[in-house]
Amino acid sequence: MKLELHGIIKSFLSEGKPQRALDGVTFVSEFPHVLALIGPSGGGKSTLLRILAGLTAPDSGEVRIDGALLPTSERELRATRSRLGVVFQSFNLFPHMTALANVMLPLVRVHGMPETEAKERALQIMERLGLADHAGKYPLQLSGGQSQRVAIARALAPKPRLLLFDEPTSALDPEMTAEVLALIAELRESHTPMILVTHEIGFARRIADRIAFLAEGRVLEERLAGDFFSSPGTEEARRFLAKVLAY
Amino acid sequence: MNVAAFFLEQPGRPTPPWVGRFWLCLLFVLLALLCNVVLGGSAVFTAGGWEAVWKFRAVFWKGWQLTIVISTVSLVLSFLLGSVAALLRRSPILPLRSLSVLYVELIRGTPLLTQILFLYYAVAASVGLQNRLVAGVLILSLFSGAYLSEMIRAGIEAVPASQRESARAIGLTPWQCYRFVILPQALRQILPPLAGQFASLIKDSSLLSIIGIGEFTLAAQQVNSATYRTLESYLPLALGYLLLTLPVSLLSKALERRLRHEA
Repeated sequence: MKLELHGIIKSFLSEGKPQRALDGVTFVSEFPHVLALIGPSGGGKSTLLRILAGLTAPDSGEVRIDGALLPTSERELRATRSRLGVVFQSFNLFPHMTALANVMLPLVRVHGMPETEAKERALQIMERLGLADHAGKYPLQLSGGQSQRVAIARALAPKPRLLLFDEPTSALDPEMTAEVLALIAELRESHTPMILVTHEIGFARRIADRIAFLAEGRVLEERLAGDFFSSPGTEEARRFLAKVLAY
Repeated sequence: MNVAAFFLEQPGRPTPPWVGRFWLCLLFVLLALLCNVVLGGSAVFTAGGWEAVWKFRAVFWKGWQLTIVISTVSLVLSFLLGSVAALLRRSPILPLRSLSVLYVELIRGTPLLTQILFLYYAVAASVGLQNRLVAGVLILSLFSGAYLSEMIRAGIEAVPASQRESARAIGLTPWQCYRFVILPQALRQILPPLAGQFASLIKDSSLLSIIGIGEFTLAAQQVNSATYRTLESYLPLALGYLLLTLPVSLLSKALERRLRHEA
């Protein structure tokens, strides 16, 4: 998987004044399995992930995923989104559908798969993720960890070319965090490349091939994970690591 | 079971459903007895009154049937109209949004009676709409649609933005997002007020009698002028409308149970 970003700028209005969330993000990253985006809060990680997911278009700059330019029109972006899988911090399952129906929805409505085939595929994936007993349950009947696994199954079912995780364990307690992280580590071997925004620095260190460090709206460095942690190249990264790894 | 549970809801101990039904029936019987005592000595119901009205039962029956037709068609039309107005209110196209605001405020701010008279005698006549039944149904739908649109809008806005985000992320089109994600959740939220509005619509159809549509209320008026038995002519209306509105609220309660996500 090759990701190329050039001069990404994205501003938001905050209290009437435009605020730059991303201030010229430029980097190239080639990774076999996992790229982790880390950095201090408010550094623009989630905004960058939303752009990569095609959920919002940058004000300027361009993104290439495996050489293909990310479109800017909503219609083309929709096609792009259908080929990516996104997992959110707060799961965002549809509460009025069973877990199985949640996983089947994109297969049937977006990818035009017949019901029976979609059901088969969904059940197969849910079984693989240890959700076989929960297919008929509604999201309110699931624990946080189970909900996030259903969300992962929903993102994974259409066989996306890239999986994006936006702080997937931030809303979970430690036990469930472990459960979801174990699953993500397992997915690493499934040949679907992943981009991971996370606060779990230890986990990023263990699972990521490469690290992109974001602070103040820019990617300050993009390096092999081992190198980044043993000898960070910028003062900001050094300070960030010293702070988060202190305890 | 103990006696207290018969009168008081107690936390942690579910009240059997028949207790509620018992109280409902008891109060109904008490009400009927009260009516009997109060009216028994009055001179309002004179001898032969009910017999005189009973002769006209076919008039009531025909009127009641027409009210069912008018209400059913208006119910469907007003729901469509209300949904469209609610979506326009959220449209990024500003003139459409203003159109929706104008519609809702004008209709909700003026009496239905005035709307019926104006729209029928002025507007329908000038566009060549002769059929008073069709005109009546359209006017009623227009009226009820304005109220429904605000309820539907409130329901849509109560669905968290993260749901829309998630629907976009899996590649649903905006229409699919409404159809499969937003509306089912919104509907569940607004079912109780929606049922109330539908009951209102059924009763509001009685005002169409003023443009000479032979529905249930006009039937009662006709029976009254033929028999001079006012109360005996109008009391059957209460029963007839109740027979239509009660199923609406029962149906809504059943739907509410079915749509409960925890189920």
